[in-house]
Amino acid sequence: MKSSLALRKYQSFFRLRFLQGLQYRAAAAAGITTQFAWGFLLIIAFSAFYEADPTAFPMSFQDTVSYVWLQQAFLALFNTWMMENEIFDTIANGNIAYELCRPIRIYNMWIARSLANRFSRAVLRCSPILIVAFLIPKPYRLALPPDLGTFLLFLLSLVLGTAVATAFCMIVYGVTFFTISPQGVRVLFASLVDFLAGGIIPIPFMPDRVRMVLELLPFASMQNAPLRIYSGSMPAEEIKVTLGLQFFWLIALVLIGAGLCRLAEHKACIQGG
Amino acid sequence: MKDQFHNQSNSPIDESLSTITQKESTVTMHDAQTTFSNKSQGSIKKKSALRLWLHYVSINIRSAMQYKLSFFLMVLGQFFVSFSVFLGLYFMFQRFHSVKGYTYNEVLLCFAIFLMEFSLAEMSARGFDSFSSMVRTGSFDQVLVRPRNEVLQVLGSKFELTRIGRMLQALLMFVYAIPRCGVDWSFSKILTLLFMLIGGTALFSGIFMIYAAFCFFTLEGLEFMNVFTDGAREHGKYPIDVYGKKMLFFGTFLVPYALVQYYPLSYIIGKSDNPLLTFLPLLAILFLIPSYLFWRFGVRHYCSSGS
Repeated sequence: MKSSLALRKYQSFFRLRFLQGLQYRAAAAAGITTQFAWGFLLIIAFSAFYEADPTAFPMSFQDTVSYVWLQQAFLALFNTWMMENEIFDTIANGNIAYELCRPIRIYNMWIARSLANRFSRAVLRCSPILIVAFLIPKPYRLALPPDLGTFLLFLLSLVLGTAVATAFCMIVYGVTFFTISPQGVRVLFASLVDFLAGGIIPIPFMPDRVRMVLELLPFASMQNAPLRIYSGSMPAEEIKVTLGLQFFWLIALVLIGAGLCRLAEHKACIQGG
Repeated sequence: MKDQFHNQSNSPIDESLSTITQKESTVTMHDAQTTFSNKSQGSIKKKSALRLWLHYVSINIRSAMQYKLSFFLMVLGQFFVSFSVFLGLYFMFQRFHSVKGYTYNEVLLCFAIFLMEFSLAEMSARGFDSFSSMVRTGSFDQVLVRPRNEVLQVLGSKFELTRIGRMLQALLMFVYAIPRCGVDWSFSKILTLLFMLIGGTALFSGIFMIYAAFCFFTLEGLEFMNVFTDGAREHGKYPIDVYGKKMLFFGTFLVPYALVQYYPLSYIIGKSDNPLLTFLPLLAILFLIPSYLFWRFGVRHYCSSGS
């Protein structure tokens, strides 16, 4: 009884945020245009490299195209640089004190809120991009997943990836309790993580040694995992390992983040007046 | 990416930047106002535009230096943003040895020059880039009542020295690529390079100005404009003909990126020996004319908002 009540609190936080996020439709429309142009340019650049040397391509051209389109469509789910300014603000200006008075766990509330924000953004943005990407002419078209099984695995991995990305951001919020100014932590992480996660070039395009290390890090469990499962060219064994890693990192990051937040609740000084 | 971005501005840093600079800009505006009014009370003679701008710059730098740690972290952050793009490029060329006939070092040279053009513009025209807050808070009213050109004042409202982080990255790539790309640096080639920097800075400033002018109508910055700024910065690492004929046409006649990138670059790396290409980047300065006209059009339609 008590636990279901607790869950309800966070559910309503989620719902509230989700609906709120759906209100920003004009912003989404603008975002879609940007992402579409972005994806298009990336794909042309890849096709130029493909022309130069098709044998050096680590994945098929079609898989690369699908990777880029899905990446653009679901950008809001995975990117770690789009953190919530509101949370940084409450920490910096001391409004966090009000949150601490409520009978809730900060960590749970924030994670419910962040997930809701990510999902609502993605819901608004993904369908137009996906529809167009499914319709444009052949070499640049987003392929359908090969079978239902692969698609379901993709969905599972997508949700896990989002959770890992969110859990990672939570750690940054936790660290902010101690450093107060988010700028340093944030700026350094933002670009580095984007690269390590395969946001600049897909991880398979990196040299083998780099790739082997990166695939084990939590960052590969964000966008890399679902986007590569989608095309169906990943062997079943590897899919298992990938999903397992996603689960592992999700649990690890949540534990670290929750621990950090709890520590902060006890130790942190409230700023502002 | 993306900047996308890549936000959503494909640029996480800009977002975070605006939060720190908020406080500074109020100090800046105030400071600038007092100095100016002192001056104009004392003597009727106006400072020349250039001197006033330099004064603005010095105020901005001094105010940024009040938060030294924050400043250095931002510089470092800016450096890493471009550095990760460079790493991507490096790994791609580990695998592929050329793209559309360009070698790694040639692409690196192109990326370095283009990034330098962009950072110079972003550093000096940052006032336009973050103009939406000026419109929203109504502080553009202050600008309008002062007896100086509003472009000058908006330019002066922000000078982002933190962009030297990006420039440092550009410079490193440049220094690395120069001895390796096999260019025989004659006087005309150095001149071409110089003109590229001038033209490119003007072009990007023009784009920032258009971006700002849109804010008169929409109040918010328009996210799709990021394609022309951050998007160009990210994707302009390759010479524009890599993206095909249509993009080259677009980049020649509509938004003249190719004038400060592809054409003069092909002269520098010896793909073309038409000496007229040296002066082509200067044509990109003409882009400032439509930008300015659009800006004027926007100013005339400005409705004050905020308080």
